[in-house]
Amino acid sequence: MVSLTINGQKVEVEPEATILQAAEKLGVFIPTFCYSPQLTLVGACRMCVVEVEGMRALVASCCTPVRDGMVVHTDTERVHTARKINLNLLLANHPLDCLTCEKNGNCRLQDYCYLYGVSESDFKGDRKDYALEDTNPFFIRDMNKCILCGLCVRTCHEINGAGAIEIMNRGFDSKVSAAFYDPLENSPCVFCGMCVDACPVGALTPKQSIGKGRSYELETVKTVCPYCGTGCGLELYVKNNEVVRVKGDPSNPVSRGQVCVKGHFGTDFLKSPERLTTPLIRKNGELVESSWDEALDLVAEKLKGVKGTELAGFSSARATNEENYLFQKLLRSLGTNNIDHCARL
Amino acid sequence: MTNSIGEIEDAGALLVIGSNTTETHPVIGYRMKMAKRKGAALIVVDPRRVDLAEHADLFLQLRPGTNEALLNGLIHVIIEEGLADEEFVRERTEGFAEMAAAVKKYTPGYVEEITGVAADDIRRAARLYAKAESAAIFYTMGITQHSSGTNNVLAVANLAMVSGNVGKRSAGVNPLRGQNNVQGACDMGALPNVVTGYQRVDHRDTQSKFKKDWGVKLPVAPGLTATEIIDGILDGGIKVLYVMGENPALSDANLNHVLEALAKVEFLVVQDIFLTETAAQADVVLPAAAFAEKHGTFTNTERRVQLVRQAVNPPGEARADWVILQELASRLGLGWSYGGPEEVFQEIARLTPSYAGISYKRLEEEGGLQWPCPDAEHPGTPYLHANQFAGGKGHFTPVEYQPPAEEPDAEYPLLLTTGRNLFHYHTGTMTRRSSAIGPFKPEEMAQISKEDAEKLGIEEGDLVKISSRRGEVKVKVQVTEIVPPGVVFMTFHFHEAAVNLLTNSKVDPVAKIPEYKVCAVKLEKAVP
Ligand code: SF4
Ligand code: SF4
Ligand code: SF4
Repeated sequence: MVSLTINGQKVEVEPEATILQAAEKLGVFIPTFCYSPQLTLVGACRMCVVEVEGMRALVASCCTPVRDGMVVHTDTERVHTARKINLNLLLANHPLDCLTCEKNGNCRLQDYCYLYGVSESDFKGDRKDYALEDTNPFFIRDMNKCILCGLCVRTCHEINGAGAIEIMNRGFDSKVSAAFYDPLENSPCVFCGMCVDACPVGALTPKQSIGKGRSYELETVKTVCPYCGTGCGLELYVKNNEVVRVKGDPSNPVSRGQVCVKGHFGTDFLKSPERLTTPLIRKNGELVESSWDEALDLVAEKLKGVKGTELAGFSSARATNEENYLFQKLLRSLGTNNIDHCARL
Repeated sequence: MTNSIGEIEDAGALLVIGSNTTETHPVIGYRMKMAKRKGAALIVVDPRRVDLAEHADLFLQLRPGTNEALLNGLIHVIIEEGLADEEFVRERTEGFAEMAAAVKKYTPGYVEEITGVAADDIRRAARLYAKAESAAIFYTMGITQHSSGTNNVLAVANLAMVSGNVGKRSAGVNPLRGQNNVQGACDMGALPNVVTGYQRVDHRDTQSKFKKDWGVKLPVAPGLTATEIIDGILDGGIKVLYVMGENPALSDANLNHVLEALAKVEFLVVQDIFLTETAAQADVVLPAAAFAEKHGTFTNTERRVQLVRQAVNPPGEARADWVILQELASRLGLGWSYGGPEEVFQEIARLTPSYAGISYKRLEEEGGLQWPCPDAEHPGTPYLHANQFAGGKGHFTPVEYQPPAEEPDAEYPLLLTTGRNLFHYHTGTMTRRSSAIGPFKPEEMAQISKEDAEKLGIEEGDLVKISSRRGEVKVKVQVTEIVPPGVVFMTFHFHEAAVNLLTNSKVDPVAKIPEYKVCAVKLEKAVP
């Protein structure tokens, strides 16, 4: 173990840890844009700079390894000034339409500007003028808002493996895009939307959530994806009894925040107008609405009316364990083992 | 799965056979690609050039329905080249000699004749797999949905045991379960021969334990499987069918047969969230709550039990399945009084040794637990068979190659195989009603090769009629290099082009799984 001091507090960490990790262990906050513990380090955004005693320049804490006896300051005047200049530069060509931006309230650029009191840019930069990319049904790409942190690109290459997007060009003309500036539909993109979850600003917006609520109005419920047997953790964001957004759950031990298109964008069947909302009974050849009592009485009568061996049931690989358990308990209690589900199918 | 999903990225070699993982289990697919980037050898075996094949060190494109021959060929090479794990075979297994004798004739040359895979590639695959520090096999329906599915699974086990690749981190045999809770449905005894935790219903101990707890006597004789239930209806033996959240009218092989049964059964109850093709045939339809509208647990493919939490209320008068079942039980005088899913789970844990140590409280605190978890202190089991197999020794079973039940002939010259795609799921009940996915992939496109397209004078987007001995469908075609000449691929997501009108309901004699993966068809241009 290596021992160092951050803002006057002592901390011990593994020798291969970075200053950022040591600070995290102490609960000391350091802002970042381009850092993610699951991705390769690039040290590009310079938001995480800190002062280390005995070193002349500020260092990027995300990719500077700790040394024994190191003395670190994360909140000095110098550090703040550097971060402010950074934000200032980013704001120089960032649209300030926070009023209608879906990311408002959950945007790291907004949060850090608030924290360091940066309200507008002192630099007069050229504005970017990219057309909105909204041809796919899953999410909108507004590259005018992109701060080029590269999280989406690394997520696509290192987590998904699709490798659909790159940072094209250099300098002011840098832009995240699929090859040949093609729309994502014509690229290897599989619309997992993990880039959307990774983006710290409002450059990538899921279409299903637009206008459905501010992040701070939403309640989060952690649950499990209803599709395949991988069992990825999902975070459902709820407002007024409606799921308005879905993200991968980073705390889930199976999926660690990863998802595919079905889990991410495929659960709004919940609010389909075709959902069944009342029991139906066949009368004169037609299915007609009925009360629960009438339907359940009829089913109970029919279940009672046959010998156990004349009864069979298909249980569900979609339903919960508890429901499958009760289904087989019910049928077995009625004297039949004729129970199966589509495991074989 | 004998391993955990989290172990995939550290494997030395991955053998993926009959699984289009990046489309059917995408997040597991990400992990396989991660493993490959970290240096694992990736071997993909499939009749189609699936997406994962593009990332593979070695892609073996075998003829559909020839898995056992290929697996036997790999074992043959491993034994012949001295790559077998002799210590593992000696200490942990039995029946090696018989199995070794059976694979003797499966030389790479002979296997090439059957499978169409070059003998050299078979040798290379065997070496990559057997020489890795830890090697894991993954398969899905491409292995099981055959009339010889049970043999395929046994051959996979033989391969893993001969190379000592079981019972270790990142090494094992991993069937990837299709639906979110298919593992749980099996664990819960939604099967004709076992109650929870695979306790045989006809065993005396099971009988007395459940009788004491439930207060009713369990029927002793094992019941009918899904395919037998359909036949039972047609024979007149089964009069009432209760379907909870399944859609056999689209998912079952030889659909016409199933539709006939659903029409014939005296009373059909269907409990579901949509008016599915099956529900439309019902006498009573009960509206159910969907996953985000109730509490409970799912068990994933790595045996991990996880909490499912309610986020919103069910629409209208729809109710959770467990509520409906309890209502029925009380009308039938069974006197259930569960206060909620947690109480049901406590009963499951009480009656099921592999779930005994699991509770909602632990799931909440520990983020899921993998069975077997026999007591409250047990941390769960990330990989199975660590020190010994469930039954003591691992048993080798000799397996012979058996051709598919139906092969292409002069009248039906093409081979049809079925599966899923990335965007849709199963019978499409949920994904087709998603506002984004539905319109993005609105229709089925049957895949055929360039060669066959040219021969038949068909172009991309043309409407064709595909027929088998059992039925016909009209569908548009996609001309692609994914399928080899002679093979047609369709998914079963779309009722407008219900591929199961064509498939063969010939089942594996043991597992009773129909042969979805191979049947003979012909294809001709259709008038719209
Ligand atoms: S949606 Fe997924 S595949 Fe597509 S660009 Fe984003 S991360 Fe890559
Ligand atoms: S789109 Fe978002 S995640 Fe991607 S580089 Fe731009 S700001 Fe970063
Ligand atoms: S998010 Fe995708 S991979 Fe994960 S469980 Fe759902 S369907 Fe499967």
